[in-house]
Formats: sequence, structure tokens, C-alpha cells
Amino acid sequence: MKALVAVKRVVDYNVKVRAKADGSDVDLNNVKMAINPFCEIAVEEAVRLKEAGTVTEVVAVSVGDSSCQEQIRTALALGADRGIHVEVDSKPEPLVIAKLLKGVIALESPDLIIMGKQSIDGDNNQTGQMLGALTGMGQGTFASELKIGDGSMEVVREVDGGLQTISLALPAIVTTDLRLNEPRYASLPNIMKAKKKPLETMTPDQLSVEVKCHVTQIGVAPPPERAAGIKVEDVTQLVDKLKNEAKVIG
Amino acid sequence: MKTLVIAEHDNASLKIATLNAVAAATALGGEVDILVAGGNCGAAAEAAAQVPGIAKVICADNPAYEHSLAENVSLLVAELGADYDNLLAPSTANGKNIMPRVAALLDVGQISDILSVESADTFKRPIYAGNVIATVQSADPKKVITVRTTAFDAVPASGGTAAIEACAAVHDAGVSQFIREEVAESDRPELTSASVVISGGRGMQNGDNFTLLEGIADKLNAAIGASRAAVDAGFVPNDYQVGQTGKIVAPDLYIAVGISGAIQHLAGMKDSKVIVAINKDEDAPIFQVADYGLVADLFEALPELEAAI
Repeated sequence: MKALVAVKRVVDYNVKVRAKADGSDVDLNNVKMAINPFCEIAVEEAVRLKEAGTVTEVVAVSVGDSSCQEQIRTALALGADRGIHVEVDSKPEPLVIAKLLKGVIALESPDLIIMGKQSIDGDNNQTGQMLGALTGMGQGTFASELKIGDGSMEVVREVDGGLQTISLALPAIVTTDLRLNEPRYASLPNIMKAKKKPLETMTPDQLSVEVKCHVTQIGVAPPPERAAGIKVEDVTQLVDKLKNEAKVIG
Repeated sequence: MKTLVIAEHDNASLKIATLNAVAAATALGGEVDILVAGGNCGAAAEAAAQVPGIAKVICADNPAYEHSLAENVSLLVAELGADYDNLLAPSTANGKNIMPRVAALLDVGQISDILSVESADTFKRPIYAGNVIATVQSADPKKVITVRTTAFDAVPASGGTAAIEACAAVHDAGVSQFIREEVAESDRPELTSASVVISGGRGMQNGDNFTLLEGIADKLNAAIGASRAAVDAGFVPNDYQVGQTGKIVAPDLYIAVGISGAIQHLAGMKDSKVIVAINKDEDAPIFQVADYGLVADLFEALPELEAAI
């Protein structure tokens, strides 16, 4: 069984991103970049399935400019076998990424596609579902547990009321939630080994995909700021403030 | 302009999130219809028909839609979408699951989690965990949108008398099957629509200590939430999680107990009207967004608070 994992290069989750003063875009100068945390969970899950003997090959794919090869190498260091970089200069939208991934799937014929439920930059939460629609595959979004069977799999999903379990015919798409697993750290020997693993580059033309613009960002602004609060001395003062100043409790 | 709102429901009743999405649809202007797709969902459709200002309710009642499997429902919504300019759903787990599939079927982009409607094609939405608000413009002929429920005040649930139109279209993609659901039963208000929320974090130390929050929640008719750290540690189930990738809440009063205040948690609660933080670490980032901060040991403060309210 072959697993395809999609990884995205994003701002490190510890960075507090700010809008530029002119409101044109976010300020990403000298900001630390990393693999999207949900994508890291996707890689980990695929590698664990390989270690368990369920999966025989893990292919990591990323869509973006040449810098995203760094994140493919991270995935390779975590245990993926080879990488595919789909080179796109602009910041592609989820629908375009889904179309490119569909093109890669047509070439690779994976049995299982694992990706993050959302990237922590755009917070769109779209690509996996869009890929499902384009390929006609079933989707197990917001997954916290996978059980691979013969020709199908069970996915436990984190939904608003609790947990939902569904069964999907393979091939299928899984998008990861936080509790699917806890990703490992790449060891130094594995980071060195990853440099020698194969990494192929493709273009949207090769995959017959037009990089179109559906939704344009026309400006950014900081969120409304909260007025500075106060420290209260004790519970008595807190309750007094809530009753008589904020008037939020009776 | 015509807008179709995809209802959030449990077949028997309509969820409040639908009413927030209708508010966003109303902001777009023009005619608004509601789709109730489910199995034995007549009661939910009747509830939807009572929402004021709705032109009609489309009721697609078929076992294929009973558990809202995205593969099936998205085919239905994409088909019905031919008659609409806008397709809207609340940004719930269900809306997030279905709508991108609809957008891809229609070959359009999706605008996720809108905070406001600026014009027919321009919207505001949060990016980077809400640290930045982006204004985005859609070039697509149809807009597929999910709505951040806390950003739109719910329309009234009753007063209207819309007609209910049965939709016989059956789409069963045949690739997915519902197996089971583990849903926590609770008498408390829903986390996403409660007017008071009290949340615990890693500082609670274990799941048993969440009982310290329950007494206060009972007195304030509050929902109980948690930080990711508390959920990851297994103190409480996943449906308690408030944050960037959990539930987004904006109650009148949010009480954060033993929560340090990671960016990802703040993203889920910083639009609350009044925020109280109780934490023994006076440098905890949660105090930067709190209206009232109490530096105290929560194991002393919580019983005192319960007694004082």
C-alpha cells in the first residue's frame, strides 16, 4: 500500500504574525518557517503505518516555491521515502493545490492520502475536502484515529458533539486533527540520510493545471485590540467587578 | 441575488449556528432559502420554516443524508447550487467538512470563516490564528462561504412561515458509511452559544479537578471548555476544546482557569465580551487579554468563587 502525504511550508506556530503597517500583507520578513503542524502529524501517521507494515512506501508532496523543498526534506527525515515538489511561484489557493495534488495522484496512484486539516497561515481548512471532490474519493476529515482494513478503513473524527466513526472505501483522503498522534523529532542521522533521498520536481504544466486566482487578498489589518484590563486583589473584588462594573453576573 | 443556507441540525431540531449563518446571508441581501438535508428531518425543516425572512425551506429527506456524510451532501448542495449566487454554511465541523467539497464540485474557491460581509464579493476573515484580519475578494460567479458564527448575531428562531419544498434528489456517492457516534450528553448550554463559558487548562492538573468548574458553571448556567493542553492530557474530551482549531466562542463572560494563554487558545476566545483569568503565574499571557485578572492558586480561588456567586 502506498501513502501520499501533503506537507506545507508555513510560519512556525510560535511566531505571532503581524500585519504590515501599510496593510498590504502580513510581515514575514526574517520569520522562522516550518512544516505545518497538522502536516507533520500526517507524515507521522504515514510513517507509523509503514513501521506497522501496513504501508510500503510514503511519498511526501509539497506545492510552493523552491523553499518548500526544505519541508519535504523534513518529511523525508521523519521517515518518508521520497519527495515530490510541485513548483509554483505564487501563493497557490486551496483549490489550485487540490488540483495539483489530483494530478500527482493520477501519476502515483496512492491507496491513502493523508494531509493536515488546515494550515496555520491561511486557516482555510479546505484542501483535503476539495481533493476529495475532485477525485471522487471519500474523506475522513479531522481524524483522531485510523484503522486500515482490506479495501477500506475506519476513521474516528473529532466533530462538534464528540467523536464520529465512519468507514471509507480506499483509496481515500484523511485530514489530521491534533490528537491523531504525537510526531517524533527527526534524528541527526535521519536528517543526513534525508538529503540523499530522491526528490522530484514537477510543474503545473506537466500536471495540466492552470494556476488560477479565485479569492484575492486585498488588504490586511490587525484585529481590534482589547482595552487593557486590571488585576484584582481577591475573589471578593472579582465578584464585585463582575456584578457591578461589567454587569455580567447577577 | 439568491442565497442558500445549509442548515446545521440533528434531524429533530435546528442548531443555533444556522441562525448565525442566516444573519450572514441576510447581510448579503436578496432572497434567502434554507436547505435541511437529513434523514427523518421533517421536524428540523419545520423549525427552519419558522425562521423569519426565509423565502423557502428545501427539505431533502433521505437515508443518504441522515448522518451528513460530506460525499453525499456535497453532491446535493452542488446540484441545488445551480439556482443560487451564494451557498453559506456555519463554520461548524459539519460545515467545514461539506462546503469545500461543494466549492470544488462547482470549480470555485471557498471563503472560510467570514467575520463580515463588506459587499457582494468582499469579506473579512481571520488568518494566522486571528492575529491578522484579511479582506478578501472573490472573483468567482458563485460564492461558497462558511460563516464564523460568533461574528453574526443569530436571527430569531420563530415568527416566520416559509413554505417547505421537498427535494427528491438522492445522491449516494457510495464511498463512505456512518458507523457510530459518541456524543456527550449534557444539560449545560452548548459551548459555542453559551453566554457564559468557564474553561480549564493544564493548571487543572487532572480531569477530576474539572468538578471544581462544574459548581460555578451550574450557578452561572455556563458551558465548560478547555485548552488544548487539557484535552491533549486527557483531562476532558475533544469537544471541550476552545481555540484556533477547536471551537470558537464569544460569550458575554469567559472565565479562563489555569490556562496560560497560547496564541492558539486566544484565537478561540478573545472576542468574548468580558474575560476573566485565574492563574497563579502572574506573567501568563492570558492576563494580556483579560479584563479582570486574578493571580491566585485556582484550588483556593475556585471554591471561594463558587461560594461568592
